Amino acid sequence: MSQEQKFCTFIVDQYFFGIEISRVQEVIRYQEMTDVPLAHPVIRGLINLRGQIVTTLDLRRRLGFPPLKAGRFPMNVVIRAEDGPLSLLVDEISDVMDVSEDWFENPPENLNGETRAMIHHVCKLKDRLLLILDVEQLLNLEVAKT
Amino acid sequence: MDGMDEIIKEFLIESTENLDKLDRDFVALEKNPKDKELLSSIFRVVHTIKGTCGFLGFQKLESVAHAGENILGKLRDGQLAMNESRTNALLALVDALRKMLVEIEKTGKDEKGNYDRLISTLTLLSEVNDSVKTTVVPALEEASETANRTGESAGVSETAIRVDVSLLDRLMNLVGELVLARNQILQFSTAQEGAGLGSAPQRLSWITSELQEGIMKTRMQPIGNVWGKFPRVVRDLEAACGKKIRLEMEGKETELDKTVIEAIKDPLTHIVRNSVDHGIESPEKRREAGKNEEGLLSLKAYHEGGQVHIEITDDGGGISPEKIRDKALSKGLISPEVARQMSERDLLNLIFLPGFSTAEKVTHISGRGVGMDVVKFNIESINGVIDIQSKPGLGTTLKIKIPLTLAIIPALMVTSKNNRYAIPQINLLELVRLEGVKVQTEIQLVHGAPIYQLRGHLLPLIFLNQELEVSNSLDTVHNSLNIVVLKAGDHQFGLVVDEVNDTQEIVVKPLHQILRHVDAFAGATILGDGSVALILNVMGLVKKAHLISANLEQAKIEKAPVIEIDTRDKQMLLLVKAGYTDHMAVPMKQLERIEKLDGSLVEKAGDHDVIQYRGKIMPLIHIGSVLPERRKKPRQIVEPSVYENKALIYAAVYTKNGRSIGFVVDRVYDVVEVIVEIKDVIRREGVLGTTVIQGNVTEILDVDWILKLAPPGFFDSAVA
Repeated sequence: MSQEQKFCTFIVDQYFFGIEISRVQEVIRYQEMTDVPLAHPVIRGLINLRGQIVTTLDLRRRLGFPPLKAGRFPMNVVIRAEDGPLSLLVDEISDVMDVSEDWFENPPENLNGETRAMIHHVCKLKDRLLLILDVEQLLNLEVAKT
Repeated sequence: MDGMDEIIKEFLIESTENLDKLDRDFVALEKNPKDKELLSSIFRVVHTIKGTCGFLGFQKLESVAHAGENILGKLRDGQLAMNESRTNALLALVDALRKMLVEIEKTGKDEKGNYDRLISTLTLLSEVNDSVKTTVVPALEEASETANRTGESAGVSETAIRVDVSLLDRLMNLVGELVLARNQILQFSTAQEGAGLGSAPQRLSWITSELQEGIMKTRMQPIGNVWGKFPRVVRDLEAACGKKIRLEMEGKETELDKTVIEAIKDPLTHIVRNSVDHGIESPEKRREAGKNEEGLLSLKAYHEGGQVHIEITDDGGGISPEKIRDKALSKGLISPEVARQMSERDLLNLIFLPGFSTAEKVTHISGRGVGMDVVKFNIESINGVIDIQSKPGLGTTLKIKIPLTLAIIPALMVTSKNNRYAIPQINLLELVRLEGVKVQTEIQLVHGAPIYQLRGHLLPLIFLNQELEVSNSLDTVHNSLNIVVLKAGDHQFGLVVDEVNDTQEIVVKPLHQILRHVDAFAGATILGDGSVALILNVMGLVKKAHLISANLEQAKIEKAPVIEIDTRDKQMLLLVKAGYTDHMAVPMKQLERIEKLDGSLVEKAGDHDVIQYRGKIMPLIHIGSVLPERRKKPRQIVEPSVYENKALIYAAVYTKNGRSIGFVVDRVYDVVEVIVEIKDVIRREGVLGTTVIQGNVTEILDVDWILKLAPPGFFDSAVA
């Protein structure tokens, strides 16, 4: 018997990503952000989530994709992290999917180093690939700097 | 003695909770009799109860707890082993303690009931090894009856509950959100009358306000909670020192945030002890000095300006500045040169230096190394201020100013590159606005660093945009500069911002640890419109800008040369209002005439405002705008367009070498002829001094200073 896991899926650039559903607190539409000067470039700003101040991280920048086209606004995937929630900015939200562990594979060799470290598994779905993100690696900005 | 009641109430709540914990601990201990940690924790609980009872004067309870403590101490140290009879006896002890607490709650006394047998059993068990099972049983019977009765009354320990402060914080956040949502709904319902909402929005509004107030209140506690123990402290000290002291308390009900209350507890106690021990003299000495034998120690608390003021005054011997100076010198805390220059007030404040203690002899009450420096540190760590005033022979007053709460602070909002930032008002000294030509002339570069001269002090400038790396402000040309003068520790500097907005009470929220390495920010807050603003960490900015080495005292430049004013002869003075200076006098002998001019004819020529006057072009200087601001409180700043929409302006015309310049004032009151007597040295640039004319405090304009603002070379050549 293989284990089924639920993933919250979303699109960044043209790729299909997933995060373990247990890490996701909620998904909300685009919010006005307050810039944080001097912070790591991946940090896009601060949003007001019902009175709580949440820091947003730009997944496009984090994963090395070009910025979103002007006029399009990212969505927030609010995840639980140590020391409170953080929000990941993604292009589009997709469904919650059940994925069997049997489908997990290691990330392909041709992915570059840093992005590869952030991808836990690759999952072959019927029509496309689901890239499962390693949240801890995503949030590890110190490594990203070097 | 309601203060005492408060302590007893707290003691009862705490002890009842602790006893509940003991029940669980004993059961756990039975399973694991060698658990050292468990034993220590049980010991501590009983020890605390014993200690507090002793303090509160419940002797019987103390003796029972003491017997228990003995046996627990031995168990903890491994001298005795746990066995059934000991467990039973200890459980009986818990029951007995509980019964006594109930009784104290009902009657305020612990006299009823006889616990001698329990005590003797406990004593026996703590001495003899494993052979006294039989004696336990009666002791148990005595106690078990108590166990049945404890459940009856619901007293203080059940009407009050302890709530985690973080839960209150969360509730406060939610209420904040609710307020925003309420505002939106109110807006909607006014915009769409007849939306079918009826009176619901009003009710929602009312309930929200009530709720908000209620939640805020949950965090507030009256200062009386801390003061409550002082009558006893003073009474005990009185006896110990052989003094007579009357304690007066005023403003007990003044409320403070819980965290602040906790933080001032120790400093206040220290100050009170100090006052009793060192401040107030012995009755004999007082009699000799012709004072009432009974000394007076008064505590006063009140709200003012969004802060809580606490004053602790004694009518004792006071502190002599000379004594402090000698002491500080002998301890090498200051150098003789410095000492000579210090004012009385500076000398008094030396007692806040680490390693300072004036007490000639160290008593067991105070003077044990925990000095006033710790008091000052504790007060300052909650953004408070402490000051001392003393008159030798008459007494000493310590004034403490502390914020109401740490969670909500007053802040100045500023704008930098379209983003708003909050600066804690505690760091704010004053606001300065430079306009026009002064931007170029008043700011000098010293080793590439911009410096502004503020009343003789060199004020290093930091450009916020530059520090935050949002733009390079030094490259852009400014028409005006907003300088926020800040202090951080011993440093003063000017922070140049794009715009100064208003002041606000903000709720401080921490940043996620992913951002903690950014020193420039102390946190964030949510503004009224729901957007997020960062709170600037002033100390962090100083570090970032590498200002930390700048020593301001050394940067002090020579005072402006003494200005000569003829004070003997009568002078003709024009009394005007100029900007924020309500009463200003302009010496007439330098003036040619006063003109009423049409404000709409004012034109711009370069950096200057000009007007056509008698066929020539006359530059105008608006005195209110060019005078440096001295106010500490932020004000809306005069915009450069003072002439717009003004049909009539008043200008005092000054002429030299055939060229005229107009000093624009906001109002002309009068012309007087008086003997000028400079009252005060409150001096700022552009002002010769201050005097009183017609009952008003009036500043005398320094005409020569103003003339420097004229276009360069303006008066040099006579007009052909």
